[in-house]
Amino acid sequence: MLILTCPYCGIRCDETELAPGGEAHLKRFGPGSSDEEFEDYLFMRANPKGVHFERWRHVHGCGKWFHAARNTVTLEVYGTYPAQVHEPPQEIRDAISAKVPGWRWKDDS
Amino acid sequence: MPPRCEFQDMGHYSALAVAREAFRDHRGWQRVWKSPEPRRRYDVIIVGAGGHGLATAYYLGKNHGITNVAVLEKGWLGGGNTGRNTTIIRSNYLQDASAAIYEKARALYETLSQDLNYNVMFSPRGVMMLAQTEHEVRGYRRTAHANALQGVETEFIEPGRVKELCPIIEVRGPRYPVLGALWQPRGGTARHDAVAWGYARRCSEMGMDIIQKCEVTGMRTSGGEVSRVVTTRGDIDCGKLGIVVAGHSGHLAEMAGFRLPVESVALQALVSEPVKPCMDVVVMANTVHGYMSQSDKGEMVIGGGADGFINYTQRGSFSHIEETVRALVETFPMISRLKMLRHWGGIVDMTGDRSPILSRTPVRNLFINCGWGTGGFKAIPGSGWGFAELMAKGESPLCAEFGLDRFREGRFIDESVAAGVAH
Ligand SMILES: Cc1cc2nc3c(=O)[nH]c(=O)nc-3n(C[C@H](O)[C@H](O)[C@H](O)COP(=O)(O)OP(=O)(O)OC[C@H]3O[C@@H](n4cnc5c(N)ncnc54)[C@H](O)[C@@H]3O)c2cc1C
Ligand SMILES: [Zn+2]
Repeated sequence: MLILTCPYCGIRCDETELAPGGEAHLKRFGPGSSDEEFEDYLFMRANPKGVHFERWRHVHGCGKWFHAARNTVTLEVYGTYPAQVHEPPQEIRDAISAKVPGWRWKDDS
Repeated sequence: MPPRCEFQDMGHYSALAVAREAFRDHRGWQRVWKSPEPRRRYDVIIVGAGGHGLATAYYLGKNHGITNVAVLEKGWLGGGNTGRNTTIIRSNYLQDASAAIYEKARALYETLSQDLNYNVMFSPRGVMMLAQTEHEVRGYRRTAHANALQGVETEFIEPGRVKELCPIIEVRGPRYPVLGALWQPRGGTARHDAVAWGYARRCSEMGMDIIQKCEVTGMRTSGGEVSRVVTTRGDIDCGKLGIVVAGHSGHLAEMAGFRLPVESVALQALVSEPVKPCMDVVVMANTVHGYMSQSDKGEMVIGGGADGFINYTQRGSFSHIEETVRALVETFPMISRLKMLRHWGGIVDMTGDRSPILSRTPVRNLFINCGWGTGGFKAIPGSGWGFAELMAKGESPLCAEFGLDRFREGRFIDESVAAGVAH
């Protein structure tokens, strides 16, 4: 059972209270994008074994979208943070680096 | 304990062999496949000894005469989704490309036991997909018409017939009464382990090497062409490489330097205590998200939908048991008193259009077979047949529409409806 803390209400929610929303920090390329960019946005996914960033929605609560940083192999949760950011905040990155030596946030975003 | 015997060809399995062994205390049975040390090079290497990988190897040998083949498996043979699934076999999909490959597979299942000389216990007991909303009624009528054009035998049946075929269904449920069903009389189930073991035995007989506890951890290319795999049992050179690793596909693609339109999520199932025979068809209820059949041992085999988040743990969760059983209780009131015995999960590879990928890749001589998601057991023989042809000849009519490029070009093979709760 996955438990995430909603960063808005501070409530610890189990997965039945939440709706998963897929990979976080994807950029939607608008009209005029290349086929590759649009394919990437629509279909290509990171799907890592390890550290992963996701969107979740506190559907049976405040109803808001938020982000979670999670490990897909150990199911460890590194932290959650609000949706209105382009990349994970520093404290989340530090929390991951402390646990996963050598891990780096992709620089190309 | 008798000493572990060296591998010897078992010869043909038959009633005669059983009788012969009965007269000598069953001391003559041999191991079913050999476990050799990896050689330095193979013409073809298949990564993943699930059903799809083993079937690919088998048809490479049988249909194309390519037998210098190794199948590398990080765990044990059939220990991935092939050994974790609920074994539903059907081919009542909507799109022509899907009907072709799933029906090819279903048809091969009909005679697979004879072909492999290994009893895969194919049981064409009939598969029923319940329509419990108006929308589903219309959807399944459409599928029945499409199947008629594709030469796949299905029909839309009325609630009375549903009750006749499966008396334990409550067709007048308060919330989701049964309005009809899509019925495929030659769909059914098979023994999942036996499918993997039967193919493995035949591959081994043809001289192929099935190497377990051998994880692929890297790949080497030269001049844009795959040339070698790095494994936990040393480096092995190859002419061609096929990646057939289901939920681990993204990981292997990363080693080869490309990305996939695939996400790996958990799919779970559970079985009840064994009970007397009470259900001799497979029933899927997509609106409420659950499906059920009865195994030969008497257990009720129950499954539901996939999780919505990435997970590599191959474990289930309590909330899922609750959700799936709750979904089915209205339609099958008798299960409310059943004790559940076991519950497990597998990691399935989901694509955006719920159809598989059988394709070349950006790396030459590297092919990938994945994306079967929640419903690839039924496809094993057809997928192996087509993928072997693709690897041997560079193209295959069965695989043609399942290429990776379809996502860029917008040629989806949309089966999100047919896949339903999946399977
Ligand atoms: C709970 C559940 C119920 C299901 N029910 C049905 C159903 O009713 N009907 C149906 O048609 N389908 C069903 N499916 C789907 C079906 O099980 C799969 O689509 C199918 O078994 C996939 O077979 P495969 O050979 O591609 O993968 P797998 O059987 O998973 O084999 C892949 C193999 O690759 C190996 N591997 C991975 N990485 C490496 C590596 N780096 N090196 C070497 N080896 C590696 C794995 O160990 C594994 O053995 C279900 C799945 C689950 C989990
Ligand atoms: Zn909240």
